[in-house]
Amino acid sequence: MLTAAGGLEPRLTWNLVQDVRQTLEFPFMVNAFRAGFIVAVLSGLVGWFMVLRRESFAGHTLAIVGFPGAAGAVLIGVSATYGLFAFALVAAVLIGVTRGSGGRGYGAQPAVIGTIQAFALACGFLFVNIYGGFLSGTTALLFGSFLGITPDQVAVLAVVAVIVSIVLAAIARPLLFASVDADVAQARGVPVRILSITFLVLLGCAAAEVSQMTGTLLVFALLVVPAATAQVWTPRPFASAVLTVVIGVCVTWLSLFAAYYSSSYPIGFFLTSFAFAAYLLANGWRRLRDHPASRPGALV
Amino acid sequence: MTGLTEPRAPVGKVVPTAGPAQIEARGAAVRMADFTLWSGVDLDVRAGEFVAVLGPNGVGKSTLIKVLLGLIPLAAGTLTVLGEQPGSPNARIGYLPQRRSFDPALRVRGIDIVRLGLDGHRWGVPLPGARRWSSQARAKQARVEKVLHLVDAQDYAHRPVGQLSGGEQQRILVAQALAPSPELLLLDEPLDSLDLPNQSAVAALIARICRDEGVTVMMVAHDVNPILSYLDRVVYIASGGAVSGTPAQVITSETLSRLYDTPIEVLATSDGRLVVVGQPEAPAHHSDRHAV
Repeated sequence: MLTAAGGLEPRLTWNLVQDVRQTLEFPFMVNAFRAGFIVAVLSGLVGWFMVLRRESFAGHTLAIVGFPGAAGAVLIGVSATYGLFAFALVAAVLIGVTRGSGGRGYGAQPAVIGTIQAFALACGFLFVNIYGGFLSGTTALLFGSFLGITPDQVAVLAVVAVIVSIVLAAIARPLLFASVDADVAQARGVPVRILSITFLVLLGCAAAEVSQMTGTLLVFALLVVPAATAQVWTPRPFASAVLTVVIGVCVTWLSLFAAYYSSSYPIGFFLTSFAFAAYLLANGWRRLRDHPASRPGALV
Repeated sequence: MTGLTEPRAPVGKVVPTAGPAQIEARGAAVRMADFTLWSGVDLDVRAGEFVAVLGPNGVGKSTLIKVLLGLIPLAAGTLTVLGEQPGSPNARIGYLPQRRSFDPALRVRGIDIVRLGLDGHRWGVPLPGARRWSSQARAKQARVEKVLHLVDAQDYAHRPVGQLSGGEQQRILVAQALAPSPELLLLDEPLDSLDLPNQSAVAALIARICRDEGVTVMMVAHDVNPILSYLDRVVYIASGGAVSGTPAQVITSETLSRLYDTPIEVLATSDGRLVVVGQPEAPAHHSDRHAV
């Protein structure tokens, strides 16, 4: 974690208060912490439903399409943020509509999703090639960066996060119903198909937000892992959703802190490592707790 | 179906005095894609009856349930359910679809599944602490506890539903269907994939709910024997049509032979179980019974 060179490099003093204060002296770090908070809260809420609905593959694909989105936006000279959102939304609607009359939440039509993902990656590579000099930015697009998040970007993130959260809160209960029990929900008049498409759009927004921190390849760090960890921890829906957000925010801030003091390692690495550690911890704890009963079907 | 003489199946229960009609069908027919699944079906189900829908795989038993729910339209004939046209989703009908079990990794409690049956169709966020200030939330909580008690599931309702046994999951689902106090329960093969002791336990449970709570029950069954002693009426669907009546009227060699237009024998074992011999399999064009 420590860089030996000293001088202008940030140094970890092991005095936590002073370290945090030092981190927050720079506006770019304050922006990063703000953006990280927004992204972690949103991805926690949306990710919780994604894990419950077994739609991780769709979530991953919606993040991947951000790569050609951002590359294409830069190519035509607009902000990468717009490209990320535009592509993610189009892909979300595409996946939602082609899912068709099958309508069941559980991993329907992985072939269509896979096809979209492959095509998106190819397009992204093409755009990067056409642009030529863009190559150094490609790594940031794929694996994330916390440097250079502008206040404007934070504002965009916040607005999108608030809108997505409000919509998600409005549909939370019927979405939960449709996710665990689509047939019964439909018989009770829940618009299962509309909810499914709506959720994919929300997921697209969340993926576009997260990929600005983690890059398009590592969105799982914030979309999947905190939710999966929290659901291992408790089967109470509300409690595990709250826990998801808490884990997400902790992991994100911890990663920003760590990445600041070791600028040679990318933020995405810390995010995934800390999230993975939390997941291992939760599973280890549950194994220990469930051990005397040793119930069958306990998934690692 | 009338005109049958000398009922002989060994069943003890007599059709109760007729309550108001809950389901009434005349000449009902359903077409899937380009063939008629069944047609000319007449049906009368009265309040408080326990009705079984029988027949070989793929004849459209589940389809009948979905027609009653209004999920599939009739091609011909008339149908009223609880005095209304089917199709308006409402809390008066409880539905338990043909089921695969829950994903073992699903980390949601049984009690949450039951509660969704009560208010899962309403917008908003379910807040866990709401019963502290809302009497409506307290009433919901009481109702959920009551149905859990009815199906005897209090002990495991707080465990993740994916980790429950098949019989326990089925009880949770019955509780979910019962939560909004329905007048009619539509159950699609609830005994499927249960072992024999659980089959008879869940069958007895459903019969008890039918009797004690006054709920009309219509159950699709692959095997009539676990529920035979509780039944008021059976609907037997064969390719093309259906007959209905008391089990003693319908599950006979004569009626089934005429329905299938081929010799069929119904044998009664010494312990009162019925065995249907010579029943033809479903027509090949309807191979995927889960698709409709």
